[in-house]
Amino acid sequence: MFGYCTDPSALEGLAWLACYLTNGKHLTAYASIGTVLLLLAITAPTALTFGFVGASAARSRIAPLRWLGQGYTSIVRGVPDIVFFLFFVIALDQAFEWMRHQVLCPDWNQPVRQGNDFVVCAAAKLPLSTSPQWIHEVYGFFLAVLTFAIVFGAFAANVLFGAMRAVPKAQLETAEAYGMTERQTFWRILVPQMWVFALPGLSNLWMILVKATPLLFLLGVEDIVYWARELGGTKGRIFDYPHPDWRLWYFLALLVFYLSLTQVSEVVLARLTRKLSRGQATFAGEAQRKAAT
Amino acid sequence: MECLDTIADYGLRSIGVGQRLLPKSDFTLCQQITLIGSGLLWNIYFGILALGLGFFFATALAVGKAAQSPMIRKPCEWFIFVFRGSPLFIQFFLAYEAFVILPKEGIEIFGITAETRWLTKAWAGALVVLFLNTSAYSAEIFYGALRSVPKGDLEAADAYGLSGWRRFRRIVWPTMLRLAWPSYTNEAIFLFHATTLVFFSGFPAWQQKGDALYYASYFADKTFNPFVPYPIVAIYFILLTLVVIGIFATINRRLNKHLPGQARRIKYRPQVIR
Repeated sequence: MFGYCTDPSALEGLAWLACYLTNGKHLTAYASIGTVLLLLAITAPTALTFGFVGASAARSRIAPLRWLGQGYTSIVRGVPDIVFFLFFVIALDQAFEWMRHQVLCPDWNQPVRQGNDFVVCAAAKLPLSTSPQWIHEVYGFFLAVLTFAIVFGAFAANVLFGAMRAVPKAQLETAEAYGMTERQTFWRILVPQMWVFALPGLSNLWMILVKATPLLFLLGVEDIVYWARELGGTKGRIFDYPHPDWRLWYFLALLVFYLSLTQVSEVVLARLTRKLSRGQATFAGEAQRKAAT
Repeated sequence: MECLDTIADYGLRSIGVGQRLLPKSDFTLCQQITLIGSGLLWNIYFGILALGLGFFFATALAVGKAAQSPMIRKPCEWFIFVFRGSPLFIQFFLAYEAFVILPKEGIEIFGITAETRWLTKAWAGALVVLFLNTSAYSAEIFYGALRSVPKGDLEAADAYGLSGWRRFRRIVWPTMLRLAWPSYTNEAIFLFHATTLVFFSGFPAWQQKGDALYYASYFADKTFNPFVPYPIVAIYFILLTLVVIGIFATINRRLNKHLPGQARRIKYRPQVIR
């Protein structure tokens, strides 16, 4: 990075540290912070969509659809979510490969499960064994995102279902009295009003999502936990920057990173709550109105 | 019967009793159910001890956070902030690395050598982390409850001449527990769920003695079939959750015994990962 970093063995003190912290591997590690933020940025809206669909389905008047929605919202109760994380990553992968197998190799006559193996034809492999390394990484990340979205979608569905029920009944009855169809009532009356009721639950969920991101490591993605272990481990003389076991410091840095992330989220969410409460027929909204007059 | 043999061999495998080697191939359903169930013993061990010890520490922290003097309040606030604001997963890693660094021969404190070796083992090290973590989460729940103890209760206590410790023990604390109990039940359930993280986060499973999820992922890795072991874990945990809810509901009824119709049903709201 810096000009004087060409001969690390001659460096001392701060200069050594500056070069050490900006070497190639560290820069890759900093990029993995981006992976975490990317995961948050993709998962949050996706999970919210899954949750919205799930909650709407759970309210449906068509019984099978309702059961599906209620089943989805209740899968996460009582079972540790890490079980779902470990389960979905393999299960989704096998499900995709199996579907491609059915489409691409219709004349394959052997069973897919042979003893302890899961065998699909070569053309159905995901990603194809000929594809470059980055495709493998992207596919792994995609599976992780989908897993996160499914699990957190179920939580979000739980929250949104509660929020939809919290919208005052009179509002919906008024809408009906004005001759709105069911669909109009849903989109014009229920959905705009439910957010303020959903917000406490959703902000809680966001905090949990932030604190769940290190689990990416378990799903086989090279995230910041992976790099903290990799970079912190003892480096012997053959390395440019030899150092003893520094994993403690790396994890301490991770701890500080997560503390600041949750702290910033808390401040932003508190602001959002204030904003959304404005003009609402709730306690917080009423308090704001009184303060203004 | 064959399955009974399997139970005899592997029923207590997770604590080192019975067959030394794990099954290597031709896994039967009975083997998976037995071994995963044996792993559940660790989840129960971590859960009960962390919760039992954490309860008292959490009460102390909650009272400390509500204290007037900043000398007491600030450390409690920081403790709660650090443990609630960071992922449990990172806390496990950090604690493990810290325990490894401690000198192997123990630390001299006032002439007594404190053993530190066992802290790097999961049974002690992970328990310490879970204990601190649940203390912080419970303390926040208790603190919230402490602040909503009705003013009238305190005034009545004053009128009866109760003060200091006696007022806390007989008026404030029981009311605090009553108010906090539904949330505390949820916290207990999350804690049991959080125990599945132990063997995935730095702490090695010595001689393959692991918890329920450890064995489940062992089977899933070997058979490449996630559709059997993970549902087994899920069923075990649903049962465990129901037991926890049952026990806490009993305590809840006892806490609210004198209030007719007040023993509200505890509503379980999952919150999961920390």
